[in-house]
Amino acid sequence: MNSLETFRTGLEAIRAHRMRSALTVLGILIGIAAVIMTVGLGEGAQAKVSSEISSLGTNLLTVSPGSSTSSSGIRGGFGSATTLTLQDADALASKTVAPAIAAVAPTTQDEEVLTAGTANWTTSVVGTEADWLGVRARTVVEGRFLDEEDVADHTDVVVLAPTTASELFGFEDAVGQTVNIAGIPFTVIGELNSVGGSGSSSTTSSQDDEAIVPITTAADQIFGGTTRDSVQSILIEATSSTTLTAAYQETDDELLMLHHITTPTDADFTIATQQQLLSTATSVDKTLTVLLAGIAAISLLVGGIGVMNIMLVSVTERVREIGLRKALGATPKLIRRQFLVESSILGLSGGLLGAVLGIVGTQVLPSLVNQPMSLSVWATIGAIVIAMAIGLGFGVYPATRAARLAPIDALRNE
Amino acid sequence: MTIDMGEYVAVMGPSGSGKSTLMHIIGCLDVATSGIYRLAGDDVGHMDEDDLAAVRNRRVGFVFQQFNLLASMTAERNVELPLVYAGMDRAERRARATAALERVGMGDRLEHRPGELSGGQQQKVAIARALVTDPDLVLADEPTGNLDSVSSADVMAVFGELHQSGRTVVLITHEADVAARAERLVRMHDGMISSDDQATEPAR
Repeated sequence: MNSLETFRTGLEAIRAHRMRSALTVLGILIGIAAVIMTVGLGEGAQAKVSSEISSLGTNLLTVSPGSSTSSSGIRGGFGSATTLTLQDADALASKTVAPAIAAVAPTTQDEEVLTAGTANWTTSVVGTEADWLGVRARTVVEGRFLDEEDVADHTDVVVLAPTTASELFGFEDAVGQTVNIAGIPFTVIGELNSVGGSGSSSTTSSQDDEAIVPITTAADQIFGGTTRDSVQSILIEATSSTTLTAAYQETDDELLMLHHITTPTDADFTIATQQQLLSTATSVDKTLTVLLAGIAAISLLVGGIGVMNIMLVSVTERVREIGLRKALGATPKLIRRQFLVESSILGLSGGLLGAVLGIVGTQVLPSLVNQPMSLSVWATIGAIVIAMAIGLGFGVYPATRAARLAPIDALRNE
Repeated sequence: MTIDMGEYVAVMGPSGSGKSTLMHIIGCLDVATSGIYRLAGDDVGHMDEDDLAAVRNRRVGFVFQQFNLLASMTAERNVELPLVYAGMDRAERRARATAALERVGMGDRLEHRPGELSGGQQQKVAIARALVTDPDLVLADEPTGNLDSVSSADVMAVFGELHQSGRTVVLITHEADVAARAERLVRMHDGMISSDDQATEPAR
């Protein structure tokens, strides 16, 4: 008996029990579709986070004060926050000191209440320098950005992000208007572009809601504090993605020298790359994906047990048929193969239909639940292979039982 | 007991006398716990499952009281089944199955399923299935047990023809008039053969 004939016999048996076969296929189908969709959901979320993080600026290094470990013990939060200064930033901006660095933007940041007329809005006020725009890969849609004179002269000017501007001025043109920050009037000189897109995540919404002022003005008039030269972070843009490592090294060397630190492990600052931010942000999503896929896998296992159950029922119910086939000359091997083919067909069709449902789901669901989903090719192929393997694997026991039946006992069965 | 090629033997006996077991051993469906059974000179007791399957497939044709046709298949497919296990290709299978059905007078019922046929017709399909491999030995276990007298006569006529064409036929029956058609009558009682007679003039 050739394989085509075995396949045909399997199909005939499935057709003879349409309802039962359909329910079994449904069990596998749901499991496979669930796996594809949860993996799609997880990968979609990861893709979204990574695109948002890369939208913060390319080839970016972020220097923060305070080292996580120190040989002298744990440092206090406030003390460590003042270890980075404007002088550090100026030194790094020098082309001779750090040729791999394209631009440097020291920043300070705090939540402040902004008022304009009767409107008020709490947002994060960022004090920085002219290079911030390029480093963060932003543009100004109206007016202009801060320039070096604003920073040098401690001018009272502000550039607003779109959400902030519309919250304060509605549909009015914000440029040229006056905003009070911490009681001091600032002139709006420009409006930033929107990076929001769907705007549902905190990363993008915070980028669309901020107010940028010269760092010198911020230190003098808004934040105050004892050490006016200190900055909260220094953003550094490398000249290209290939020089990112060099830029990292130059920053590290220069800051260690400026801070008179001889052993690198004692550093009072940390440098983070976008890659590190990315892996931190996506690791949460990955955990979630694994969890969801685990649940989906359990439903797949239940589907597999369903296949085994149906095949066992089928063997019991068809004892006479098996006996007859043996009486007509079927060898145990052929009987086993017939049942295996049958369960594999159930598994495979469940897998294929489940993949179709999963693919349709990843296309349709995002528009319904406002969640990005991406179709994972390997998850789809893997799911189909697994479905087939489940059909085959859970079919082995029933098929072996069928093959072992003695023809005469099987025929005698009423 | 020895059954020669071309004999027409009827086995009779009360329920539990062992006549079905005898037939199962003859048909290689069961293996004797003691003693030796030789089919065409080969000791069946030493064969493995695969060899037994081959013997059942090529040398023996079975006809059961319950017909044992597969309900989901057409008459033609049912008759084809032993040929499927023999590894024959499809076109030849179809030709032989059709010929076998025509021989038992069911040539016009090829595409009917068992549920659409009467008991007598189903049994004739089952006989066609037993014939299709061209076996030396045809075994029938109460082939007329579930049939009315007209159908029984029909079925018995087919067995008579088979015997005429030189095949060995062994049939088990409760009915004396069925047994009377055979050339040789074996009576069984409590697992033993109680009588073994050549009929002088078998009924036709």
